[in-house]
Amino acid sequence: MRHLLSVADLGADGIEEILRLTDSFVEVSERPIPKVPALRGKTVVSLFYEDSTRTRLSFETAAKRLSADTMTFSVSTSSVKKGESIRDTVQTIEAMGVDAIVVRHQSAGVPWQIAGWSSSAVVNAGDGWHEHPTQALLDCYTIQQRLGSLEGKSVAIVGDVKHSRVARSDVLAFTTLGAEVTLVAPPTLLPPSLDGWPVAVSNEIDEVLPKVDVAYLLRMQNERQTEALLPSLREYTARFGLTRRRAHLLGPEAIVMHPGPMNRGVEIAAEVADLPNAVIVDQVRNGVAVRMAVLFLLLGSGSQLEGLEHG
Amino acid sequence: MADAATALVIKGGRLIDPTGERAADVAVGRDGRVRAVADAIDASGPDVLDAGGCIVAPGLVDLHTHLREPGREEAETVETGSRAAALGGFTAVIAMPNTDPALDSAAAVREVLDLGKAALCDVHVAGAITVGRKGEQLAPMGEMADLGVRIFTDDGSGVQDDRLMRRALEYASGLDVTLAQHCEVESLSEGGHMHEGAWSSRLGVPGIPPEAEELMVMRDLALARLAGGCMHFQHLSTAGSVALVRQAKAKSMLVTAEACPHHFTLTDAEVASYDPLFKVNPPLRTADDILAIKAGLSDGTIDAIATDHAPHTQEVKEAPFDEAPCGMLGLETALALALTELGLPIERVLALMSWQPALIAGIDDHHGGAIVEGAPANLVVIDPEATWVVDPFRLASRSRNTPYAGRSLTGRVRHTLLWGEPVVVDGEAQR
Repeated sequence: MRHLLSVADLGADGIEEILRLTDSFVEVSERPIPKVPALRGKTVVSLFYEDSTRTRLSFETAAKRLSADTMTFSVSTSSVKKGESIRDTVQTIEAMGVDAIVVRHQSAGVPWQIAGWSSSAVVNAGDGWHEHPTQALLDCYTIQQRLGSLEGKSVAIVGDVKHSRVARSDVLAFTTLGAEVTLVAPPTLLPPSLDGWPVAVSNEIDEVLPKVDVAYLLRMQNERQTEALLPSLREYTARFGLTRRRAHLLGPEAIVMHPGPMNRGVEIAAEVADLPNAVIVDQVRNGVAVRMAVLFLLLGSGSQLEGLEHG
Repeated sequence: MADAATALVIKGGRLIDPTGERAADVAVGRDGRVRAVADAIDASGPDVLDAGGCIVAPGLVDLHTHLREPGREEAETVETGSRAAALGGFTAVIAMPNTDPALDSAAAVREVLDLGKAALCDVHVAGAITVGRKGEQLAPMGEMADLGVRIFTDDGSGVQDDRLMRRALEYASGLDVTLAQHCEVESLSEGGHMHEGAWSSRLGVPGIPPEAEELMVMRDLALARLAGGCMHFQHLSTAGSVALVRQAKAKSMLVTAEACPHHFTLTDAEVASYDPLFKVNPPLRTADDILAIKAGLSDGTIDAIATDHAPHTQEVKEAPFDEAPCGMLGLETALALALTELGLPIERVLALMSWQPALIAGIDDHHGGAIVEGAPANLVVIDPEATWVVDPFRLASRSRNTPYAGRSLTGRVRHTLLWGEPVVVDGEAQR
């Protein structure tokens, strides 16, 4: 693996390899000193054109626990503000000597462009509405942790699928590992075409919830009502929100997930987010270990892995 | 017949023009006109251009060229664009008015016409329909028509306001000029960067539905019925648009339409690379749309192949897909793409690229006419068998944004004559 751009590049074997490796790093994270020398001497730069404190911190924590050096390229205070092109920025960063670039951009496809211009490993930390592969990997890990595996499990992804990079990556990852996915959303918040998507679609959340093992709620953004995609957030909550009443429709083993940040009271009721079957905090925790696994696979070597497992 | 007034003889070619096909040599006079067309013209005195195995035809006419001057000379100039045109076999181009400033007045038009006098092809200008192409107020079409402007368009955007478009059609009918529309309803296309469909959904790129184009084709057909006037549809990209124009022509409406090579050769699947080289407006559509465009070109629904040659510098084409500007080069690849991809007889391709666009542009007195004694010697010599590979670094355009790098094409321009001057000889520009 040279880059991690899309879940589609991984296949079932690739995803499972990362999930297996994540187990080791979860163990590392639980040690009193949660740090291994696996990537000592390697440099990981985070290049975030779009603010995302939680994703950036998760990647930087992952890199530090592997003993890599980290740099943050802060777009808002840098040469980018002065009109520097992405290509020039990437070449400047590379000239300083980096091994991996973790990139977040508001435009779909930018990580692919950077991968074309760069000799470093490129990790897609979210591109526009397109993909967020490490989120999908940590979601898979979290489901596996709670439910054993994804094979044959039923997952409802609820909400603004159209504008969601999380949904696109999750659909790919969940179905690749054998889960059945149902998208639940008003038609205005579904992609214009679902040709080739291995999913079912429903507008009736109350019919779907009793059948699922996982209810995955997407963040609903305020601007969707100004774009005439929704009459109001209130109507969205009434028809699609995971309210307290609806939470009772879920089976006893079913789990509730959310990529964060949550809009409590919109897509998820405040008290539902704090129920024992809500694994939202686990997702964040697992995110660090999954990103350690990804960085290790991209930058580490096999012999170091053995040392890690026996150490 | 090769006397002192003969500058050169084109020997050994097959002539194809609106009147048919025949084998003959062509003597070109020093006055820039055809001096003789005959078998085996003696060429012991004048220069000879070999046309063995080649087609000799009236020069091509491009209804849709962005020369970028004034305002974006770093991407293209009248000179570099006209060199690309000549190499592509064009003897005339219609320069689009979306320059900076826009070509919306006699003064602005005159500047481009003056630059065009030194060009390697005839440069005609399409004037803007509205002031600044803003869609608010009619531009002085009359004063531009007095300079010879025969086509008006706000290309880059369509005239959104229904009433203004009606008035423009009415006013244009009094000047005997044609209005060309870039069909795009902006309230539907706004924020979109590629064809809306399976690929845009998968790639997470906001889409432009085909209906954004088709609704304006529909509206303009209705307005043309109401107001009269000559209506030309630019760069049709969807099966629905082709069907609408076909229907209108069946009802004997006097409308014309063009399509671009990229809309019959590339689909929206190309955007999977996220390379802005594949970003164009109207966007690349689906395989079904390609079939419809080809059918329209074949059955006469679409009258012309136009390039929409739209140069952009490498810097701006390396932006993120949704920030990059629309457009791709076209002049140097259009003929070969048409010959390679359409499966039409060469005389049909020439009709679509020479005499039909010349008629639409109102320049058929100088371009696209029969090759006979006294006719303007605006000619192209095409080797229909030559195979070549597109190399962006070998194109004459100042920009390199071709989506066809590395593609092998069949059919190449060997010589181009502009008013008798061999501006391209053996595939090389002469100035």
